[in-house]
Amino acid sequence: MSTHQRLRTASGGQVDRSQTLRFEFDGRGYHGHRGDTLASALLANGVRLVGRSFKYHRPRGILSAGAEEPNALVTLGTGGRAEPNTRATQIELFDGLMARSQNAWPSLGFDIGAINSVLAPFVPAGFYYKTFIGGPKGAWTRLYEPLIRRMAGLGPAPTESDPDTYDKRHAHCDVLVVGAGPAGLAAARAAAAGGARVILIDERARPGGSLLASSAFIEKMAAPAWASTAVDLFCAEPEARLLTRTTAFGRYDHNLVMAVERLTDHDPDSARPRQRLWQIRAKRIILATGAHEQPLLFGNNDRPGVMLASAGQCYARTYGVLAGRRVVVATNTDSAYEAARSLAEAGAEIAAIIDGRADGSSDLASHRRAALHRVLGGKEVSGVEIVEENGGKRRISCDAVLMSGGWQPAVHLHSHVGGRTKYDAELGCFVPANTLAGITSVGGCAGRFALSNCLADGHVAGTAAAADVGYPTSLAPVSADRPDTWHSSVDAFRPDPPAKSFVDFQNDVTTADVDLAQREGFVSVEHLKRYTTTGMATDQGKLSNLNALSRMAGLLGTAPGAVGTTTFRPPYTPVTFGALAALDRGDLTDPIRATPMHEWHVGHGAVFEDVGQWKRAWFYPRPGEAMDDAVRRECRAVRNAVGMFDASTLGKIDIRGPDAAAFLNLVYTNAWSKLAIGRCRYGVMCTDDGMVMDDGVTIRTGPDRYLMTTTTGNAARVMDHLEDLLQTEWPHLKVYLTSVTDHWAACAVAGPRARDLLAGIAEGVDLANESFPHLSMRKGQVAGVAVRIYRISFSGELAYEVHAPAQFGHRVWEALFEAGRRYDVTAYGTEAMHVLRAEKGYIIIGQETDGTVTPIDLGLDWAIAKSKDDFIGKRSLARPALVASDRKQLVGLVPHDGKTLLEEGAQLTADDNTQTPVPMLGHITSAYWSTATEGPIALALLNGGRDRHGQTVIARWAGRSVPCRVCSPIFYDPQGERINA
Amino acid sequence: MLLITCPWCGPRDEIEFHSGGEAGRVRPHVPDELDDTEWANFLFMRRNEKGLRRERWVHALGCRRWFAITRDTVTHDILPDDAPSLIASDMHVDGGAR
Repeated sequence: MSTHQRLRTASGGQVDRSQTLRFEFDGRGYHGHRGDTLASALLANGVRLVGRSFKYHRPRGILSAGAEEPNALVTLGTGGRAEPNTRATQIELFDGLMARSQNAWPSLGFDIGAINSVLAPFVPAGFYYKTFIGGPKGAWTRLYEPLIRRMAGLGPAPTESDPDTYDKRHAHCDVLVVGAGPAGLAAARAAAAGGARVILIDERARPGGSLLASSAFIEKMAAPAWASTAVDLFCAEPEARLLTRTTAFGRYDHNLVMAVERLTDHDPDSARPRQRLWQIRAKRIILATGAHEQPLLFGNNDRPGVMLASAGQCYARTYGVLAGRRVVVATNTDSAYEAARSLAEAGAEIAAIIDGRADGSSDLASHRRAALHRVLGGKEVSGVEIVEENGGKRRISCDAVLMSGGWQPAVHLHSHVGGRTKYDAELGCFVPANTLAGITSVGGCAGRFALSNCLADGHVAGTAAAADVGYPTSLAPVSADRPDTWHSSVDAFRPDPPAKSFVDFQNDVTTADVDLAQREGFVSVEHLKRYTTTGMATDQGKLSNLNALSRMAGLLGTAPGAVGTTTFRPPYTPVTFGALAALDRGDLTDPIRATPMHEWHVGHGAVFEDVGQWKRAWFYPRPGEAMDDAVRRECRAVRNAVGMFDASTLGKIDIRGPDAAAFLNLVYTNAWSKLAIGRCRYGVMCTDDGMVMDDGVTIRTGPDRYLMTTTTGNAARVMDHLEDLLQTEWPHLKVYLTSVTDHWAACAVAGPRARDLLAGIAEGVDLANESFPHLSMRKGQVAGVAVRIYRISFSGELAYEVHAPAQFGHRVWEALFEAGRRYDVTAYGTEAMHVLRAEKGYIIIGQETDGTVTPIDLGLDWAIAKSKDDFIGKRSLARPALVASDRKQLVGLVPHDGKTLLEEGAQLTADDNTQTPVPMLGHITSAYWSTATEGPIALALLNGGRDRHGQTVIARWAGRSVPCRVCSPIFYDPQGERINA
Repeated sequence: MLLITCPWCGPRDEIEFHSGGEAGRVRPHVPDELDDTEWANFLFMRRNEKGLRRERWVHALGCRRWFAITRDTVTHDILPDDAPSLIASDMHVDGGAR
């Protein structure tokens, strides 16, 4: 394989010609140099055809030299590292790089999908919405959509997981400067000179922006050299930070800028993270993001070999690569003349310079008031046909076309949050229209294109921003050695282009599509965008907006400003999900909370379920046991002997202060004034709309002290709720709260042998029923650990909860379990716990309740102290809707056949189903197989359910209808004898 | 993401806070004295202004203190407060219930 690069200039450019790198494109090997992009290296090797277009599969080449590239989208890497839709113009070349073209099958050169181009009349704008409506049933999902998805669209997403690592950082600074071109460098230098903390971001490996391809001189230095010097001076400031290879892709509220730094994309063998996500909060932001040169509209303006003039200049001056050997330049701006000069100096022949204007400032134009009509050639440019205003037409042969249709400021970051744009008729582009607090746009992105303006405006903005935040400076401004000016491009000859003139290359939108949208009435800018898809995907209006909107304005006979612009949305360029997730993957996605006894559960084969962030033991299958077997065994053990359950996840709030009882009276529906020290009480907590919010047992542990338990999932919400009330509604109450959820490990011991188990291990506590009755607390010791023992039950059995300080939780649990072996103690999980409580008709918050259920609906009337003056929810419980007799009320259900397991979420209807639609009477909230009744049971919320006991309702789910008998929700030991035994 | 200044802890990212909705909603001293309409108005009706509004936040993942700020609901601009706007002094309610 030859290392010859046929379009590489003999000298010049900023690539390191001493380092030759090998790379592959579509399986073919090529060579480039350190400092190349994939795009410049492909061009150097004469590779013009790099992709097929989205819809028509037209051959496409490299159009630009930066982030705005719509055509040269490639898939980089393979397998899990494959990244589709990366812009070849932004990929730094490295040795061994492998890239593939996209959207072509079977090959780039011979692409069957190009038939779409012939069928173009049938796939016009909006074809998604109309062409395929109709046909046989299901034709869209089964036939059209898969076909379109295969034929149209960009590169496929990788199917393997991403093996790379990503990093995330937060940063704060005084001044953030986005873009290290002339404006950004001038701003950053000025801002940092007084000691302010300044972050300067640039998306390329080498800062300098347009200076790197400029022939200007600044402070007697060539522009690229001045850029290097300015960067060095900036970096020497103590609080300055330069982030290269970093794209600020979004600006968000309150001066938050998100950026992604490509750490090792150019060095994939490195062990460092691939990319780093930056979240930067800045006191002042200076946007110096430059401008995008715009394409001209002419026939086949998308042929490989047609390139933006500034890109041609960049490839020639920065990379030492010729866009072509014989070049036609077509322009409406002065900036294209420097491109022409650059290519001529680099050795290309300039066949013609066609200027649409009469008054261009250069006398080098070969044709004035003339324009390109169309490009000749199939897969690449072979010539152009030009048209003059006086009607003359002629052909010129060439192998490349540089075009310049004007410049559009990169207003994306300005526009992301609250920034608007307006059309500047003199400049012929959209510029920032409003000032945003703490944010300044300078240079090209403000429509100030001339180098002199960039340097001067940047300096002023940087100085002002630093002074604003307390770091005044007196750095002298810089200026170009030869002041330049900028001529507008508005008054140019613009002939009506042929149909195949593309306004949006990436989305294959032509002038004909814009015309069609106008004829069909989609003239609003947002309709135009959605109907034609112009400006969507990675383009985000970079190259398409100005032409599309100008075209529409022309059709409507108004100025582009009257048409408006679409909304710019982050990200400016695509960001990989890996960078957004950064380290928050796998086990680090969300914090994992585990109880002090977690390792014991693991060691005993527990299967865990996630409850919020908690890992809870769900059930403990023995070898050969299915889940149902294990749960039934665990339930029987609790009913017949004794079981142990890890209740540590319950929320626990320590409530202290002389007004603690008064506070509990206000937040719970029931009465707390008379609860004696050492006694426990079940409490129901409502929100002020009268709906049940939480429940739990609260224990009076001292004269002015209570321990409130909450449900596992609601601990934080209850804490917030109580703090809110204490701080804002009742600040006169002397009460304070401490979350102690993680401070206590809780071992529930439940079953007829629970007392026997404790008797064998608990010291210093009299367990006799009369001295330690249900709903009371005693202190004692287990395994040398001081513990609190609460006699409370969520199973309906004789039960205790042993609470030990968290660090001793495992020890106490093990000691209890060992003591229980002689009673055949069984560890049970949350599933058995759910079954046991359902057999007793005990509710679970979030299962029987959903924010629309009152305590009365749940049959908890006994827990409402109507005699209290007030409690949260009291007034609402008297509202007419909440006392209506047809409210859904908690009932039990048993299927008539005694066999069919019911389904949570099943709807309930009356047992005559003659009428449709069938009225829904309620739904099932919990459904289990009960070992106590040896059959299926369910809890349900049923309209007027308390008066329906004994009636039949039909449970319906997934096409099934199961007749059920309505009954009391208490299926087991309705007298509560076991709990008090 | 908003940058919210907790009067106790200083400026922090929005993720550390929970929103408490409009400020200035005072729970009636004796709810039983309100008729159904008045009570429903207190429970459910909000001003929901466009523009500047006073609103409550709690530094849930910080000091757990409630406070009030003035925010523009259109631009998200948060107006600077001269003094720490603790909820008690800002919208003190001397006891909804006793």
